[in-house]
Amino acid sequence: MDSIRYIAGKEPHPRERRMIFRNVDREGWDTRFATYVADGGYLELRKALAMKPAEVTAEVRTSGLRGRGGAGFPTGVKWTFIPPDNTKPVYLICNADESEPGTFKDRYILHQDPHQLLEGMAIAAYAVGARKAFIYIREEFPDAARILEEAIDEAVRENILGENILGTEFSLEIIVHRGAGAYICGEETGLIESLEGKRPYPRIKPPYFPAALGLWMCPTIVNNVETLCHVKHVIAMGGSEYAAVGTRNNSGTRILCVSGDVVKPGYYEIEVGRMTLGELIDDVCGGMRPGRALKAVIPGGSSSKVLRGDETFTIRTPDGASSGLALRDIPLDFDTLAACGSMAGSGGVIVIDDSRSISWVLNNINAFYAHESCGQCTPCREGALWMRKITDRVVEGRGTPTDIDTLLSIAGQIEGRTICAFGEACAWPTQSFIHKFRDELTGATSEDNAAKASNPEAVAQRRYLAEAAAAGSAR
Amino acid sequence: MPPNPKPATPLDLPDELRQKIDAIVSRYPESPRAAVLMVLHSLQGRFGYISEDGIRWTAERLGLEPVKVLEVVSFYPGFHQHPVGRLHFRVCRTLSCAMAGSIELMEKLCELKGIDIKAMHGHRNPVLVSDDGEVSVEYAECLAACGFAPVCMVNHDTHEHLTADKAADLLGQYRAKSGETSAAH
Repeated sequence: MDSIRYIAGKEPHPRERRMIFRNVDREGWDTRFATYVADGGYLELRKALAMKPAEVTAEVRTSGLRGRGGAGFPTGVKWTFIPPDNTKPVYLICNADESEPGTFKDRYILHQDPHQLLEGMAIAAYAVGARKAFIYIREEFPDAARILEEAIDEAVRENILGENILGTEFSLEIIVHRGAGAYICGEETGLIESLEGKRPYPRIKPPYFPAALGLWMCPTIVNNVETLCHVKHVIAMGGSEYAAVGTRNNSGTRILCVSGDVVKPGYYEIEVGRMTLGELIDDVCGGMRPGRALKAVIPGGSSSKVLRGDETFTIRTPDGASSGLALRDIPLDFDTLAACGSMAGSGGVIVIDDSRSISWVLNNINAFYAHESCGQCTPCREGALWMRKITDRVVEGRGTPTDIDTLLSIAGQIEGRTICAFGEACAWPTQSFIHKFRDELTGATSEDNAAKASNPEAVAQRRYLAEAAAAGSAR
Repeated sequence: MPPNPKPATPLDLPDELRQKIDAIVSRYPESPRAAVLMVLHSLQGRFGYISEDGIRWTAERLGLEPVKVLEVVSFYPGFHQHPVGRLHFRVCRTLSCAMAGSIELMEKLCELKGIDIKAMHGHRNPVLVSDDGEVSVEYAECLAACGFAPVCMVNHDTHEHLTADKAADLLGQYRAKSGETSAAH
């Protein structure tokens, strides 16, 4: 595809391999059906419809494709979780609620290449037996919602969607469903509750695994936008050829979204595991801002655990030996980042330099989770807010050294004690920032604050003791 | 359904919007309740916010108790229960944008419109409206364009690299645009 030209100033970096983002920022490209078809679009759907659904699923399993939304679960395996004896309708949901801080990839697919997503969805729906699919798109993408609806209308007119697609028995309706600004709707069971028209309180698993008991208690497959686009490429290449892209057990390409203190932040599609974090930061993103040093990296969206710029990780290689790995040498795949104690998550890499105060960064993240906790589970609803309040006062210079242990204690009481993974998502930043930057955080506090009469805790304590004494004397 | 203490208000909906809402509801034959977000988006698109009457109307249209609609409206930051400004600014507050200066952008916007930012308070009072009703401001959580921070939405438009020094210009552009529109009418 040497003929593809990109808009000046938005050319991909030579180290990129563009599959999903092939048409993003492409010169002369637009979102019309005709443009997509003239470029070979919807050939993979035709190819898939000539296969049996189980064969399509088998190809996706062979490809090793892992979910790009955050958890990295094998997509083809997820599809097989629909109970074999199912008689209920099956639904496919595209999770386009992109809202993990640091992540900005789905936005560009939705705005610039909607038919790629529709094709991926049609293939996935055919494989899992869905006749109705939803695109749950965040409210903050109003233009993308309109673009998708226009693309769907065009596809229906061209018999790519709708009844008896391309003369086959397969029919599919796709509905664009807009969210209303809540991070928790990215959690798949919260999303399903939201789609049903309720508050998006996540459901407890088990028993509510969506593949068995999802939308309206019917089997439901929820996949991320990027994941569904990859399905098209799996069919184009065949599962085994796709699996050869990237590295073993970490196949394909993925879009990394780099933000923060680098010279050239942006989106970069790379072969999974074929680039190190150092290459990403120093070569692709042009390095740190002038005169600044790397202090920390949040490698997979704000929920992933922070890594220190000067850290060395001991990881076990597949042959059983241990080896030391500096931060810049970490290959960007799913498994190595997990071995380093963090995760590849949603691909949102936030780079932090030595001009930043760690307590300020942690406080910003805590404020996010305090705002976005849905409020269903007490540890998260209360704990996320407490953690924010504590880092508020550390940032304002009112913190005491014991606050750091209090933070850890709260985080530890949220993690693992909530219905959904938001509990971990909000506990991990606090835990990892304290683990990695304890001295700096403690240094931002002062023993003196504890003794100050104006300390809010001291005020609360005096009031409590006074009320208790008054109640005691009244008795 | 329990008797409604207040008769359902015939919202002043243009026929075109009613038809649009009918089409939306018809997409969810499994459960009309599922249409609630999309119906509310239609109403907010028309009125700028969701009024109590809007909640009652939606509830009646979908065969729900009003509280089922209220609990949705009150949960999502994307729905406003009070009118916002003609230009509604949503400034991303989250990490990458804050690192690039979005807090300063918010302060600048407030300064330009004489809004007292201290009145802003999380879930309790997230939206501040200027006295003349022209501008409202609100913090948003991650708008998903972090590589091009700071990011700010104005009504339906997303603006990237919007540092505080560009705030006055942007406001001017929108004023010029609305001037053209009103001149055309």
